[in-house]
Amino acid sequence: MSLDFNDETFRGDFTYRNSAKAIKRFPFPFPEDSYMYSVNMEPHVPGAVGSVFEHMFDVDEHYVSEMRDRAQVLADDPLRCQSLPHMELAGWDLLELIMVSKARDYPHWFELHRDGNQWHWINRPLQIDQKFTFMDASTLPYGPMEYITRQTQGDFTLQDQRDDDLWIEAGMVTTQADWSLDFDIGMSFKQWHAPVPLAHQMQIFDRALKFLLKLQHGAPVRRFNWTMTVDPLLDTSPENYPKWGPDKTTMTAETVGRRQHLRVELQTLHRLPRSNAIAFPIRCYLISFQDLVTVPKWARRLHRVVRDIPDELATYKGFIRNKPLMLDYLAPFDDGAATSPGFGVE
Amino acid sequence: MSVGAPKIPVVVAEVVAVNDLIKRFRFVRRDGGAMPVFSGGAHVVVEMDDHGTRRMNPYSLMSHPADSAGFEISVRRDEAGRGGSLYMHNHVRVGMEMVLSQPVNLFPLDARAKKHLLIAGGIGITPFVAQMAQLQAMGGRFELHYSVRSPALGAYVDRLRDHYGPRVHVYHDEFGEKIDLATLLKSQPLGTHVYVCGPKGMIAWVHATARAMGWPDRAVHSEEFLAPPVGQAFEVQLAASGKSITVQPNQSLLEAIEAAGIEAPYLCRGGACGQCETDVLRCDGIIEHNDHWLTDDQKASNTKIMPCVSRFRGAALILDR
Amino acid sequence: MTKTEFEPAIPSRPSYGVLSPGIGSAHLFVADGEGADAVCDLLSAADGLKAASHIIYVPGANGCDKSTALQALGVAQFHRSPSFAAALPRLTKVLADAHMGLQIYTAGTEGLMAQVAAAAQAAGLPYEAVQMEHRGSLARRVQCVHCKGVTENVTLDPFQCSHCGLSLFVRDHFSRRLAAFQGVCIDAEDPGQIPASVERFK
Repeated sequence: MSLDFNDETFRGDFTYRNSAKAIKRFPFPFPEDSYMYSVNMEPHVPGAVGSVFEHMFDVDEHYVSEMRDRAQVLADDPLRCQSLPHMELAGWDLLELIMVSKARDYPHWFELHRDGNQWHWINRPLQIDQKFTFMDASTLPYGPMEYITRQTQGDFTLQDQRDDDLWIEAGMVTTQADWSLDFDIGMSFKQWHAPVPLAHQMQIFDRALKFLLKLQHGAPVRRFNWTMTVDPLLDTSPENYPKWGPDKTTMTAETVGRRQHLRVELQTLHRLPRSNAIAFPIRCYLISFQDLVTVPKWARRLHRVVRDIPDELATYKGFIRNKPLMLDYLAPFDDGAATSPGFGVE
Repeated sequence: MSVGAPKIPVVVAEVVAVNDLIKRFRFVRRDGGAMPVFSGGAHVVVEMDDHGTRRMNPYSLMSHPADSAGFEISVRRDEAGRGGSLYMHNHVRVGMEMVLSQPVNLFPLDARAKKHLLIAGGIGITPFVAQMAQLQAMGGRFELHYSVRSPALGAYVDRLRDHYGPRVHVYHDEFGEKIDLATLLKSQPLGTHVYVCGPKGMIAWVHATARAMGWPDRAVHSEEFLAPPVGQAFEVQLAASGKSITVQPNQSLLEAIEAAGIEAPYLCRGGACGQCETDVLRCDGIIEHNDHWLTDDQKASNTKIMPCVSRFRGAALILDR
Repeated sequence: MTKTEFEPAIPSRPSYGVLSPGIGSAHLFVADGEGADAVCDLLSAADGLKAASHIIYVPGANGCDKSTALQALGVAQFHRSPSFAAALPRLTKVLADAHMGLQIYTAGTEGLMAQVAAAAQAAGLPYEAVQMEHRGSLARRVQCVHCKGVTENVTLDPFQCSHCGLSLFVRDHFSRRLAAFQGVCIDAEDPGQIPASVERFK
């Protein structure tokens, strides 16, 4: 593996680590000292150089290892990637969006050469050199969505738009916060979100849906979501819950700093041009508590968020059991000082 | 939250008189770059500077959805309208610079359909021209039934017949030919979706006939852009901006808000998409709700208005804008 | 004869109404168990539909068999099938041959209705075009999220997956595509600690 990318694992011996650079650019998701749902969408426009917002699709030091982990998840369970038959066109739209973006944003790693529908794609980090015919799935080793998302960090779902609703009808889901694509595929926006507590009553989904139905091509938006994960495990799937569930119970005061991770999802939404579908990349970033507390503002704020979150949300997010351990670890880093508003380190 | 996508600066590349009533316009980017590809059924809003009056009319895209070299629209001359189509016909020339919105699709094909039955009347053919090109490329099953006044006014009939052969059925009013809708709807395989674009009466006829024959509403699709109607001038107070404006007889409320320098959201400007929905804070009078968006209850309660097509008569109207 | 009252809706679960005569060229009824009563109620009051009606009936898992009453209605086609799985090839053929204008009605247990609606949707009809009326048992059809096997007629919570044997709790989340609720391992975090089952779905 080259100097740009870590050689690490997200299972077994869990050798995943964030470099000092990765900690510095970590997308801390709390703009204030408490948390409640909100629609919180903003334009997905390029952000500061070096930040996770600098490019349309962030490629970081974990790229190659994450893709290796995804390939393993798919080998174990091919149902993690599914596309209903009418979604292939949206898959091509997604492939084009990602290839064009990456070749533009990271020309030293990715190249795309197009002559009409004859395309040539080079992915140096993964050592892929592929000539294919755009819109002809028989010229790729997988369907277009699967092909490109095996080479792109983050989960992806594709939503068809019809009857004033969005229908999740294709997806690549191997780094999920405990939801099943196989179960949810085919659902409408509100059906898909049915298990989320409180938010329905707050009309969060009505407002979000209304907004997304009007999303325009060329004007993507983004938002954060977050949860907690014990060990840097990308594949916290319901399918494998009996395998990873027991590990949540073996954390101790000695290991919480190393094992407990804040899991942040950078979610972006893109209108796709040919299919009129919406692509929903859900990019997962993990940071251990011991790395997180190296930023004093983050440590203070995370302590307050975890302390004050309603039990219903802590249960839904799956960390109510370890909440006391987490608070014991974080409390010493919270001296009660005021924190500055916004995401910045100070 | 904003849904604004950058507008497309274009130059008119081609103006073709298709027949006595219809002209076709082709636009390419001023910087020579690629247009976005789009989905069949999408429209763009064309901005016009009609001698100081800003007009913004939606037109369905009829070029090939995968053609990123340029966009094409067709405009039917409407002598009785507010002037947008007359401006396009009388003043727009090759080489003129104009501005288009990004494509927006309020009339998409249902990609799951086993078959697509397309029913067009007159200028309503335009979204179907793009949709058929897209269906053809993807191997979709479809059939077009196209009603025109006369052979001379049958825009694109020859071209469509050349491309799609027996899947194109043309009916001439002049010869007393009429789409036999009942027979057509009776013989469609399960999973067929029907789409209609044309005059108001035709749209209502297709919806009513399909419903009476047991077609589910969700298998029947239509698109009708309303031109903002003309009317009496009226006063409006805009509470959030602290301004009072006058809407002129041939101006829409949305246009008057924009002319006052106030940003207001919109997508279709034809009463269909819901984007410009605005809260009414006070209404002493009658709102003429001309849109397809608000429910009958919402219209009756006078708490919402769609400024793109709706007007007002009365003593005072205050909006949260 | 029950017309089922439901607790407040889970957003992913369909809502059920009362069958009423639709306008259309042909009428297809699929029912199980007590669902036969809903079909009888409708057709007794809509004599004109019978000549264009086709009934597919599966006796209930609880032994409820109302074939005789349905047969006595005198519809154009009546078929009694021992299980939904056995009826599916016939249903698929009927849908493949049908034209727009076909009205579809289903009545009985949630699992049966959802499977009928899923078959109709696969044939290209919008989900909403299928009329549904719940009758009889509230037993659930549950997919094990771990092994993907579906267990029919689940009344207990937690219950043991009939395929992989894990103890599952029934989550209030419903997939119309799979026609099933979701079952999730109840002792994943504390293997072996399984609470006593209660009869939640009668």
